[in-house]
Amino acid sequence: MAGANIELKLVGQWASVFVTRVKLALHLKGLNYESIEEDLRNKSELLLSSNPVHKAVPVLIHNGKPICESQIIVEYIDETFAGIGPSFLPADPYERAVARFWAAYIEEKLVAPWDRVFRAKTNEERDEATRKMFAAVDVLEGGFKECSKGKGFFGGDNIGYVDIILGGAISYAKAAEALSGAKLFDAAKTPLLAAWMERFSELDAAKTVLQDVDRVVEHGKMLIAKNAAQPSTTD
Amino acid sequence: MADGKEGDLKLLGMHVSPFAHRVSMALGVKGVRYEYIEEDLFHKSELLLSSNPVHKKVPVLIHDGRPICESLAIVEYVDEVWSGDGRPAILPADPYERAIARFWASYIDDKFFPAWLGIMRATTEEARGEKVKETQDAVQNLEKAFSEIAGGKGFFGGDTVGYLDLALGCFLPWFGAMRMMFGLEVIEAATAPLLAGWAERFGETAVAKEVLPEPEKAVAYAKKLQAYRASLNK
Repeated sequence: MAGANIELKLVGQWASVFVTRVKLALHLKGLNYESIEEDLRNKSELLLSSNPVHKAVPVLIHNGKPICESQIIVEYIDETFAGIGPSFLPADPYERAVARFWAAYIEEKLVAPWDRVFRAKTNEERDEATRKMFAAVDVLEGGFKECSKGKGFFGGDNIGYVDIILGGAISYAKAAEALSGAKLFDAAKTPLLAAWMERFSELDAAKTVLQDVDRVVEHGKMLIAKNAAQPSTTD
Repeated sequence: MADGKEGDLKLLGMHVSPFAHRVSMALGVKGVRYEYIEEDLFHKSELLLSSNPVHKKVPVLIHDGRPICESLAIVEYVDEVWSGDGRPAILPADPYERAIARFWASYIDDKFFPAWLGIMRATTEEARGEKVKETQDAVQNLEKAFSEIAGGKGFFGGDTVGYLDLALGCFLPWFGAMRMMFGLEVIEAATAPLLAGWAERFGETAVAKEVLPEPEKAVAYAKKLQAYRASLNK
Protein backbone atom coordinates (compact mmCIF):
# COMPACT_ATOMS: atom_id res chain seq x y z
CA MET A 1 0.00 0.00 0.00
CA ALA A 2 2.79 2.47 0.81
CA GLY A 3 5.08 4.08 -1.69
CA ALA A 4 5.17 6.27 -4.74
CA ASN A 5 2.45 4.42 -6.68
CA ILE A 6 -0.49 5.50 -4.59
CA GLU A 7 -2.80 7.46 -6.83
CA LEU A 8 -5.00 9.69 -4.70
CA LYS A 9 -7.05 12.62 -5.95
CA LEU A 10 -9.28 14.69 -3.70
CA VAL A 11 -12.06 16.57 -5.44
CA GLY A 12 -12.90 19.37 -3.06
CA GLN A 13 -13.65 22.99 -2.38
CA TRP A 14 -11.79 25.18 0.10
CA ALA A 15 -14.76 26.26 2.19
CA SER A 16 -16.19 22.80 2.82
CA VAL A 17 -15.87 21.33 6.32
CA PHE A 18 -16.46 17.91 4.80
CA VAL A 19 -13.49 18.29 2.43
CA THR A 20 -11.40 19.62 5.34
CA ARG A 21 -12.05 16.39 7.27
CA VAL A 22 -10.61 14.35 4.42
CA LYS A 23 -7.59 16.65 4.05
CA LEU A 24 -6.92 16.25 7.78
CA ALA A 25 -7.11 12.47 7.46
CA LEU A 26 -4.74 12.41 4.47
CA HIS A 27 -2.25 14.72 6.17
CA LEU A 28 -2.34 12.76 9.42
CA LYS A 29 -1.49 9.62 7.46
CA GLY A 30 1.24 11.47 5.56
CA LEU A 31 -0.33 10.55 2.22
CA ASN A 32 0.37 12.47 -0.96
CA TYR A 33 -2.62 13.42 -3.04
CA GLU A 34 -3.65 15.69 -5.88
CA SER A 35 -6.09 18.36 -4.71
CA ILE A 36 -8.68 19.39 -7.28
CA GLU A 37 -10.55 22.58 -6.42
CA GLU A 38 -14.15 22.65 -7.69
CA ASP A 39 -16.28 25.65 -8.54
CA LEU A 40 -19.55 24.32 -7.16
CA ARG A 41 -21.55 26.69 -9.36
CA ASN A 42 -19.92 25.04 -12.37
CA LYS A 43 -19.28 21.42 -11.43
CA SER A 44 -16.67 19.51 -13.38
CA GLU A 45 -17.28 16.36 -15.42
CA LEU A 46 -14.98 14.58 -13.00
CA LEU A 47 -17.15 15.49 -10.01
CA LEU A 48 -20.43 14.71 -11.78
CA SER A 49 -19.19 11.35 -12.99
CA SER A 50 -17.53 10.30 -9.74
CA ASN A 51 -20.43 11.31 -7.50
CA PRO A 52 -23.51 11.07 -9.72
CA VAL A 53 -25.86 10.48 -6.77
CA HIS A 54 -25.05 13.58 -4.73
CA LYS A 55 -22.84 15.64 -7.09
CA ALA A 56 -21.10 16.91 -3.95
CA VAL A 57 -17.60 17.26 -2.58
CA PRO A 58 -15.54 15.66 -1.17
CA VAL A 59 -14.83 12.73 -3.47
CA LEU A 60 -11.64 10.75 -2.93
CA ILE A 61 -10.50 8.98 -6.06
CA HIS A 62 -8.11 6.14 -5.25
CA ASN A 63 -6.51 4.40 -8.22
CA GLY A 64 -9.43 5.64 -10.32
CA LYS A 65 -12.18 4.46 -7.93
CA PRO A 66 -14.34 7.12 -6.27
CA ILE A 67 -15.31 7.12 -2.60
CA CYS A 68 -17.95 9.63 -1.45
CA GLU A 69 -19.28 10.99 1.86
CA SER A 70 -16.63 12.47 4.16
CA GLN A 71 -17.11 10.13 7.15
CA ILE A 72 -17.02 7.12 4.85
CA ILE A 73 -13.90 8.46 3.11
CA VAL A 74 -12.12 8.97 6.45
CA GLU A 75 -12.96 5.41 7.48
CA TYR A 76 -11.81 4.13 4.06
CA ILE A 77 -8.48 5.93 4.50
CA ASP A 78 -8.16 4.42 7.98
CA GLU A 79 -8.82 0.87 6.73
CA THR A 80 -6.93 1.02 3.43
CA PHE A 81 -3.80 2.63 4.87
CA ALA A 82 -3.94 0.73 8.13
CA GLY A 83 -0.20 0.21 8.34
CA ILE A 84 0.67 3.86 7.71
CA GLY A 85 0.60 6.62 10.29
CA PRO A 86 -1.91 6.71 13.16
CA SER A 87 -5.13 4.68 13.30
CA PHE A 88 -8.26 6.79 13.50
CA LEU A 89 -10.86 4.38 14.85
CA PRO A 90 -10.00 2.58 18.10
CA ALA A 91 -9.19 -1.14 18.00
CA ASP A 92 -11.85 -2.13 20.52
CA PRO A 93 -15.32 -2.77 19.00
CA TYR A 94 -17.17 -1.05 21.85
CA GLU A 95 -15.04 2.06 21.61
CA ARG A 96 -15.48 2.01 17.84
CA ALA A 97 -19.25 1.95 18.31
CA VAL A 98 -19.03 4.89 20.71
CA ALA A 99 -16.90 6.81 18.19
CA ARG A 100 -19.43 6.07 15.42
CA PHE A 101 -22.24 7.21 17.70
CA TRP A 102 -20.62 10.59 18.33
CA ALA A 103 -19.63 11.05 14.69
CA ALA A 104 -23.29 10.49 13.74
CA TYR A 105 -24.37 12.88 16.49
CA ILE A 106 -22.05 15.61 15.24
CA GLU A 107 -23.44 15.21 11.72
CA GLU A 108 -27.12 15.13 12.62
CA LYS A 109 -27.31 17.48 15.59
CA LEU A 110 -24.46 19.94 15.12
CA VAL A 111 -23.43 20.16 11.47
CA ALA A 112 -26.93 19.94 9.96
CA PRO A 113 -28.38 22.88 11.94
CA TRP A 114 -25.11 24.75 11.46
CA ASP A 115 -25.57 24.45 7.71
CA ARG A 116 -29.13 25.75 8.08
CA VAL A 117 -27.79 28.85 9.88
CA PHE A 118 -26.08 29.82 6.63
CA ARG A 119 -28.97 28.82 4.40
CA ALA A 120 -31.78 30.31 6.50
CA LYS A 121 -34.18 32.54 4.64
CA THR A 122 -35.58 34.22 7.75
CA ASN A 123 -34.22 35.39 11.07
CA GLU A 124 -36.54 32.92 12.82
CA GLU A 125 -35.09 30.01 10.87
CA ARG A 126 -31.55 31.18 11.61
CA ASP A 127 -32.27 31.66 15.33
CA GLU A 128 -33.88 28.23 15.60
CA ALA A 129 -30.93 26.55 13.85
CA THR A 130 -28.48 28.48 16.07
CA ARG A 131 -30.35 27.37 19.18
CA LYS A 132 -30.11 23.73 18.05
CA MET A 133 -26.39 24.09 17.36
CA PHE A 134 -25.64 25.38 20.82
CA ALA A 135 -27.80 22.72 22.44
CA ALA A 136 -25.77 20.11 20.56
CA VAL A 137 -22.49 21.62 21.74
CA ASP A 138 -23.62 21.17 25.34
CA VAL A 139 -24.36 17.50 24.72
CA LEU A 140 -21.10 17.07 22.82
CA GLU A 141 -19.14 18.30 25.86
CA GLY A 142 -20.45 15.16 27.59
CA GLY A 143 -19.50 13.14 24.53
CA PHE A 144 -15.97 14.45 24.74
CA LYS A 145 -15.77 13.42 28.38
CA GLU A 146 -17.00 9.93 27.49
CA CYS A 147 -14.63 9.43 24.57
CA SER A 148 -11.49 11.13 25.89
CA LYS A 149 -11.53 9.54 29.37
CA GLY A 150 -9.57 12.49 30.74
CA LYS A 151 -7.13 12.71 27.85
CA GLY A 152 -6.71 15.48 25.28
CA PHE A 153 -8.64 14.19 22.29
CA PHE A 154 -11.84 12.27 21.54
CA GLY A 155 -9.38 9.55 20.49
CA GLY A 156 -7.59 9.70 23.86
CA ASP A 157 -3.90 10.60 23.86
CA ASN A 158 -3.94 10.87 20.09
CA ILE A 159 -6.27 12.17 17.43
CA GLY A 160 -9.01 9.78 16.42
CA TYR A 161 -11.97 9.54 14.11
CA VAL A 162 -14.27 11.86 16.03
CA ASP A 163 -11.51 14.48 16.34
CA ILE A 164 -11.20 14.49 12.54
CA ILE A 165 -14.98 14.63 12.01
CA LEU A 166 -15.35 17.62 14.33
CA GLY A 167 -11.95 19.05 13.41
CA GLY A 168 -13.08 19.73 9.86
CA ALA A 169 -15.33 22.46 11.24
CA ILE A 170 -12.82 24.26 13.47
CA SER A 171 -12.36 27.32 11.27
CA TYR A 172 -16.12 27.75 11.24
CA ALA A 173 -16.20 27.29 15.02
CA LYS A 174 -13.67 30.11 15.31
CA ALA A 175 -15.67 32.19 12.85
CA ALA A 176 -18.87 31.74 14.88
CA GLU A 177 -18.19 34.65 17.19
CA ALA A 178 -17.75 37.09 14.31
CA LEU A 179 -20.77 35.65 12.52
CA SER A 180 -23.25 35.18 15.37
CA GLY A 181 -21.87 37.16 18.28
CA ALA A 182 -21.29 34.07 20.41
CA LYS A 183 -18.37 31.66 20.68
CA LEU A 184 -19.28 28.15 19.63
CA PHE A 185 -16.89 26.48 22.08
CA ASP A 186 -16.96 28.91 24.98
CA ALA A 187 -14.42 28.06 27.70
CA ALA A 188 -16.94 29.26 30.29
CA LYS A 189 -19.69 26.88 29.10
CA THR A 190 -17.95 23.94 27.43
CA PRO A 191 -14.38 24.07 28.75
CA LEU A 192 -13.38 20.62 27.47
CA LEU A 193 -14.35 21.40 23.87
CA ALA A 194 -12.81 24.88 24.03
CA ALA A 195 -9.50 23.38 25.19
CA TRP A 196 -9.78 20.61 22.59
CA MET A 197 -10.16 23.17 19.82
CA GLU A 198 -6.97 24.99 20.86
CA ARG A 199 -5.09 21.73 21.24
CA PHE A 200 -6.25 20.46 17.84
CA SER A 201 -5.31 23.75 16.17
CA GLU A 202 -1.69 23.26 17.27
CA LEU A 203 -1.26 20.07 15.29
CA ASP A 204 0.80 20.25 12.08
CA ALA A 205 -2.03 18.78 10.04
CA ALA A 206 -4.39 21.44 11.38
CA LYS A 207 -1.99 24.27 10.64
CA THR A 208 -1.54 23.00 7.11
CA VAL A 209 -5.17 22.22 6.34
CA LEU A 210 -7.57 24.42 8.32
CA GLN A 211 -8.95 27.37 6.42
CA ASP A 212 -8.00 30.94 7.25
CA VAL A 213 -10.63 32.13 9.75
CA ASP A 214 -11.05 35.62 8.26
CA ARG A 215 -11.71 34.10 4.86
CA VAL A 216 -14.33 31.82 6.44
CA VAL A 217 -15.96 34.79 8.19
CA GLU A 218 -16.22 36.65 4.86
CA HIS A 219 -17.58 33.55 3.15
CA GLY A 220 -20.09 32.98 5.94
CA LYS A 221 -21.36 36.56 5.79
CA MET A 222 -21.76 36.26 2.05
CA LEU A 223 -23.75 33.02 2.33
CA ILE A 224 -26.02 34.38 5.06
CA ALA A 225 -26.74 37.55 3.10
CA LYS A 226 -27.32 35.68 -0.14
CA ASN A 227 -29.76 33.17 1.32
CA ALA A 228 -31.65 35.67 3.44
CA ALA A 229 -32.21 37.90 0.44
CA GLN A 230 -33.73 35.28 -1.85
CA PRO A 231 -37.18 33.77 -1.42
CA SER A 232 -35.98 30.47 -2.87
CA THR A 233 -32.56 28.87 -2.98
CA THR A 234 -30.95 27.80 -6.23
CA ASP A 235 -28.47 25.42 -4.50
CA MET B 1 -13.84 -9.89 22.39
CA ALA B 2 -11.99 -12.50 20.31
CA ASP B 3 -13.86 -15.41 21.85
CA GLY B 4 -17.20 -13.92 20.73
CA LYS B 5 -18.94 -15.09 23.89
CA GLU B 6 -22.45 -13.80 24.12
CA GLY B 7 -22.18 -12.59 27.68
CA ASP B 8 -25.18 -10.66 28.86
CA LEU B 9 -26.97 -9.38 25.73
CA LYS B 10 -30.20 -7.38 25.70
CA LEU B 11 -31.85 -5.65 22.77
CA LEU B 12 -34.27 -2.82 23.47
CA GLY B 13 -36.60 -2.68 20.50
CA MET B 14 -40.15 -2.06 19.32
CA HIS B 15 -42.09 -4.68 17.42
CA VAL B 16 -42.50 -2.60 14.24
CA SER B 17 -39.29 -0.54 14.39
CA PRO B 18 -37.31 -1.24 11.22
CA PHE B 19 -34.15 0.04 12.90
CA ALA B 20 -34.53 -2.45 15.73
CA HIS B 21 -35.14 -5.15 13.13
CA ARG B 22 -31.78 -4.42 11.53
CA VAL B 23 -30.15 -5.39 14.80
CA SER B 24 -32.34 -8.45 15.43
CA MET B 25 -31.54 -9.67 11.94
CA ALA B 26 -27.81 -9.02 12.36
CA LEU B 27 -27.85 -11.07 15.57
CA GLY B 28 -29.84 -13.74 13.72
CA VAL B 29 -27.27 -13.87 10.91
CA LYS B 30 -24.58 -14.44 13.55
CA GLY B 31 -26.63 -17.04 15.42
CA VAL B 32 -26.30 -15.08 18.64
CA ARG B 33 -28.89 -15.37 21.42
CA TYR B 34 -30.11 -12.34 23.30
CA GLU B 35 -32.91 -11.11 25.51
CA TYR B 36 -35.38 -8.99 23.58
CA ILE B 37 -37.13 -6.23 25.51
CA GLU B 38 -40.16 -4.62 23.87
CA GLU B 39 -40.35 -0.90 24.58
CA ASP B 40 -43.56 1.09 24.71
CA LEU B 41 -42.37 4.26 23.02
CA PHE B 42 -45.28 6.18 24.54
CA HIS B 43 -44.02 5.21 28.01
CA LYS B 44 -40.28 4.76 27.73
CA SER B 45 -38.62 2.58 30.36
CA GLU B 46 -35.95 3.73 32.79
CA LEU B 47 -33.62 1.26 31.10
CA LEU B 48 -34.12 2.89 27.70
CA LEU B 49 -33.82 6.43 29.05
CA SER B 50 -30.65 5.61 30.95
CA SER B 51 -29.02 3.59 28.16
CA ASN B 52 -29.74 6.10 25.41
CA PRO B 53 -30.00 9.42 27.25
CA VAL B 54 -29.00 11.42 24.16
CA HIS B 55 -31.70 10.19 21.78
CA LYS B 56 -34.04 8.10 23.99
CA LYS B 57 -34.66 5.85 20.99
CA VAL B 58 -34.61 2.19 20.08
CA PRO B 59 -32.71 0.15 19.18
CA VAL B 60 -30.20 -0.08 21.99
CA LEU B 61 -28.02 -3.16 22.34
CA ILE B 62 -26.77 -3.65 25.87
CA HIS B 63 -23.78 -6.00 25.96
CA ASP B 64 -22.39 -6.87 29.40
CA GLY B 65 -24.10 -3.77 30.75
CA ARG B 66 -22.68 -1.39 28.11
CA PRO B 67 -25.14 0.25 25.71
CA ILE B 68 -24.56 0.65 21.98
CA CYS B 69 -26.91 2.98 20.09
CA GLU B 70 -27.68 3.85 16.44
CA SER B 71 -28.77 0.86 14.36
CA LEU B 72 -25.94 0.89 11.80
CA ALA B 73 -23.27 1.37 14.49
CA ILE B 74 -24.81 -1.57 16.36
CA VAL B 75 -24.77 -3.76 13.23
CA GLU B 76 -21.07 -2.96 12.69
CA TYR B 77 -20.42 -3.76 16.37
CA VAL B 78 -22.21 -7.11 16.06
CA ASP B 79 -20.24 -7.85 12.90
CA GLU B 80 -16.94 -7.10 14.64
CA VAL B 81 -17.58 -8.86 17.94
CA TRP B 82 -19.01 -12.06 16.46
CA SER B 83 -16.54 -12.52 13.63
CA GLY B 84 -14.71 -15.65 12.63
CA ASP B 85 -15.65 -19.09 14.03
CA GLY B 86 -17.39 -19.83 10.75
CA ARG B 87 -19.96 -17.11 11.40
CA PRO B 88 -21.09 -15.26 8.27
CA ALA B 89 -19.68 -11.75 7.79
CA ILE B 90 -22.17 -8.90 7.44
CA LEU B 91 -19.91 -6.23 5.90
CA PRO B 92 -17.63 -7.11 2.99
CA ALA B 93 -13.94 -7.63 3.74
CA ASP B 94 -12.57 -5.30 1.07
CA PRO B 95 -12.26 -1.64 2.19
CA TYR B 96 -13.60 -0.28 -1.11
CA GLU B 97 -16.64 -2.56 -1.01
CA ARG B 98 -17.17 -1.57 2.63
CA ALA B 99 -17.14 2.09 1.61
CA ILE B 100 -19.74 1.38 -1.10
CA ALA B 101 -21.93 -0.51 1.39
CA ARG B 102 -21.67 2.31 3.93
CA PHE B 103 -22.42 4.90 1.22
CA TRP B 104 -25.69 3.22 0.28
CA ALA B 105 -26.69 2.60 3.89
CA SER B 106 -26.18 6.30 4.51
CA TYR B 107 -28.23 7.07 1.38
CA ILE B 108 -31.01 4.78 2.64
CA ASP B 109 -31.13 6.62 5.98
CA ASP B 110 -30.60 10.17 4.72
CA LYS B 111 -32.58 10.18 1.46
CA PHE B 112 -34.74 7.10 1.04
CA PHE B 113 -36.19 6.73 4.53
CA PRO B 114 -37.28 10.39 4.96
CA ALA B 115 -38.87 10.27 1.50
CA TRP B 116 -41.16 7.28 2.08
CA LEU B 117 -41.81 8.30 5.67
CA GLY B 118 -42.85 11.65 4.25
CA ILE B 119 -45.50 9.93 2.15
CA MET B 120 -47.12 8.63 5.32
CA ARG B 121 -46.80 11.90 7.19
CA ALA B 122 -47.95 14.21 4.37
CA THR B 123 -51.06 16.18 5.22
CA THR B 124 -51.83 17.44 1.71
CA GLU B 125 -52.07 15.66 -1.64
CA GLU B 126 -49.43 18.01 -3.05
CA ALA B 127 -46.96 17.22 -0.27
CA ARG B 128 -47.67 13.51 -0.64
CA GLY B 129 -47.10 13.72 -4.40
CA GLU B 130 -43.73 15.37 -3.82
CA LYS B 131 -42.65 12.65 -1.42
CA VAL B 132 -43.87 9.92 -3.78
CA LYS B 133 -41.65 11.40 -6.51
CA GLU B 134 -38.66 11.64 -4.11
CA THR B 135 -39.24 8.02 -3.08
CA GLN B 136 -39.43 6.85 -6.69
CA ASP B 137 -36.18 8.67 -7.52
CA ALA B 138 -34.50 7.05 -4.54
CA VAL B 139 -35.76 3.62 -5.55
CA GLN B 140 -34.29 4.13 -9.01
CA ASN B 141 -30.91 4.94 -7.46
CA LEU B 142 -31.15 1.85 -5.25
CA GLU B 143 -32.12 -0.30 -8.26
CA LYS B 144 -28.96 0.86 -10.02
CA ALA B 145 -26.93 0.27 -6.86
CA PHE B 146 -28.27 -3.27 -6.61
CA SER B 147 -27.28 -4.08 -10.17
CA GLU B 148 -23.75 -2.74 -9.55
CA ILE B 149 -23.24 -4.31 -6.13
CA ALA B 150 -24.98 -7.68 -6.35
CA GLY B 151 -23.00 -8.56 -9.46
CA GLY B 152 -25.67 -10.88 -10.74
CA LYS B 153 -26.22 -12.56 -7.38
CA GLY B 154 -29.35 -12.59 -5.28
CA PHE B 155 -28.51 -10.15 -2.52
CA PHE B 156 -26.57 -6.93 -2.01
CA GLY B 157 -24.25 -9.16 0.02
CA GLY B 158 -23.86 -11.59 -2.90
CA ASP B 159 -24.95 -15.16 -2.29
CA THR B 160 -25.98 -14.41 1.27
CA VAL B 161 -27.49 -11.41 3.05
CA GLY B 162 -25.17 -8.62 4.06
CA TYR B 163 -25.15 -5.13 5.47
CA LEU B 164 -27.24 -3.45 2.77
CA ASP B 165 -29.77 -6.27 2.68
CA LEU B 166 -30.41 -5.64 6.37
CA ALA B 167 -30.29 -1.84 6.00
CA LEU B 168 -32.99 -1.89 3.31
CA GLY B 169 -34.82 -5.15 4.01
CA CYS B 170 -35.89 -3.93 7.46
CA PHE B 171 -38.44 -1.68 5.74
CA LEU B 172 -40.37 -4.47 3.98
CA PRO B 173 -43.16 -4.65 6.58
CA TRP B 174 -43.70 -0.91 6.18
CA PHE B 175 -43.75 -1.19 2.39
CA GLY B 176 -46.48 -3.77 2.88
CA ALA B 177 -48.27 -1.36 5.21
CA MET B 178 -48.13 1.40 2.58
CA ARG B 179 -49.57 -0.97 0.02
CA MET B 180 -52.44 -1.67 2.40
CA MET B 181 -53.01 1.92 3.54
CA PHE B 182 -52.46 3.85 0.26
CA GLY B 183 -52.45 1.26 -2.48
CA LEU B 184 -48.88 2.43 -3.06
CA GLU B 185 -46.07 0.12 -4.15
CA VAL B 186 -42.74 1.54 -2.97
CA ILE B 187 -40.76 -1.00 -4.99
CA GLU B 188 -42.68 -1.47 -8.25
CA ALA B 189 -41.76 -4.55 -10.27
CA ALA B 190 -42.29 -2.63 -13.53
CA THR B 191 -39.82 0.17 -12.72
CA ALA B 192 -37.49 -1.59 -10.27
CA PRO B 193 -37.45 -5.24 -11.32
CA LEU B 194 -34.17 -6.14 -9.64
CA LEU B 195 -35.21 -4.69 -6.30
CA ALA B 196 -38.64 -6.27 -6.59
CA GLY B 197 -36.99 -9.67 -7.09
CA TRP B 198 -34.62 -8.95 -4.22
CA ALA B 199 -37.48 -7.93 -1.89
CA GLU B 200 -39.29 -11.20 -2.47
CA ARG B 201 -36.09 -13.20 -2.09
CA PHE B 202 -35.12 -11.33 1.10
CA GLY B 203 -38.56 -11.86 2.59
CA GLU B 204 -38.08 -15.61 2.13
CA THR B 205 -34.81 -15.77 4.08
CA ALA B 206 -34.80 -17.41 7.50
CA VAL B 207 -33.61 -14.25 9.18
CA ALA B 208 -36.36 -12.08 7.65
CA LYS B 209 -39.05 -14.66 8.44
CA GLU B 210 -37.87 -14.91 12.01
CA VAL B 211 -37.73 -11.17 12.67
CA LEU B 212 -39.96 -9.15 10.36
CA PRO B 213 -43.60 -8.74 11.41
CA GLU B 214 -46.66 -8.95 9.16
CA PRO B 215 -47.51 -5.62 7.48
CA GLU B 216 -50.82 -5.61 9.39
CA LYS B 217 -48.86 -4.95 12.58
CA ALA B 218 -47.25 -1.88 10.99
CA VAL B 219 -50.66 -0.65 9.78
CA ALA B 220 -52.08 -1.01 13.30
CA TYR B 221 -49.16 0.94 14.75
CA ALA B 222 -49.48 3.67 12.12
CA LYS B 223 -53.12 4.08 13.11
CA LYS B 224 -52.14 4.26 16.78
CA LEU B 225 -49.59 6.99 15.95
CA GLN B 226 -52.16 8.89 13.88
CA ALA B 227 -54.64 8.81 16.74
CA TYR B 228 -51.97 9.97 19.16
CA ARG B 229 -50.98 12.89 16.92
CA ALA B 230 -54.62 13.83 16.43
CA SER B 231 -55.14 13.87 20.20
CA LEU B 232 -52.22 16.26 20.58
CA ASN B 233 -53.83 18.69 18.15
CA LYS B 234 -57.13 18.93 20.04
